[in-house]
Amino acid sequence: MLNDLDNRILRYLQNDPESSVAKLAEKAATTSPVVSRRLAKLQQTGYILGHELILDWSALGFEVQVSLRVTLDKTEPAAFDEFLEAARQIKEVLEIQTFLGMVDVRLSVVARDMKHYQQVYKDSILVLPHISDIEALMHISTIKMDRRLPI
Amino acid sequence: MLSILDKQLLKKLSLEPKLTTSALAASLSTSQPVIWRRIKRLESLGVIKGKRLLLNQELLGFGVKVFLGIKLATKGVISLHDFERAASGIPEVQSIEHVLGLYDYRVRVVARDIADFERVLRRRIMTLPGVGQVEANVLLSEEVLPGPI
Repeated sequence: MLNDLDNRILRYLQNDPESSVAKLAEKAATTSPVVSRRLAKLQQTGYILGHELILDWSALGFEVQVSLRVTLDKTEPAAFDEFLEAARQIKEVLEIQTFLGMVDVRLSVVARDMKHYQQVYKDSILVLPHISDIEALMHISTIKMDRRLPI
Repeated sequence: MLSILDKQLLKKLSLEPKLTTSALAASLSTSQPVIWRRIKRLESLGVIKGKRLLLNQELLGFGVKVFLGIKLATKGVISLHDFERAASGIPEVQSIEHVLGLYDYRVRVVARDIADFERVLRRRIMTLPGVGQVEANVLLSEEVLPGPI
């Protein structure tokens, strides 16, 4: 179980993932050795999984980002597995999420421009198995993306 | 623009966030300073926008992740701005994306359990300025792929 100090350290580290141990210690009103020990423990016990890079796909030349909401044909028992396996092979797919609700699967897709997107959509997405319905949301802007936990 | 090493590095980093620079250097058969310089260069090019701390949400007691599709009841620059500002301030809201299509916003919410989610939905989301129709989908699994690097 985490104590108050652990929670404070995680909170500060979430706000500034590249913060030094000394800075964390100062904010949490303790010493660097204590913070180092706590951080090591939090990593060992699996609370801290690592650091994730935030990539700017437009800086890599991929200007179009689309969220595809897919409903699968659930009369086919293997629909999920086969769909997911095939979707993983598409280079332009960044993220695959499965849901309980109105949609079954969501794919996050990037493309260089609209022409490229149309090509990916036609040649790679629409040929995926067991799709019964598909709907696209075009990404316009990101307002918040920190994925912080309210700890 | 990007060399083969840059691409390999980005791929490794996005697939295995745990890797240290020394492990990265070893797996790409180069040295630690080279890796460090490459990362700095990718940051200055704007390809790497930043880093995010990856925490084990389940261990920390956040068992429920929900994506909301939100449609605004009223539109216009002012209502968009008000909505975005108020939604950004909700601690349980992890991301907000402005989208074009069936919904206006795609919002990721984290909660301790379904009861906690209901609280967030009723007290925080449904009271946002301009909020209209809301659709909720509970996240069951998610995987991140390296993408077309």
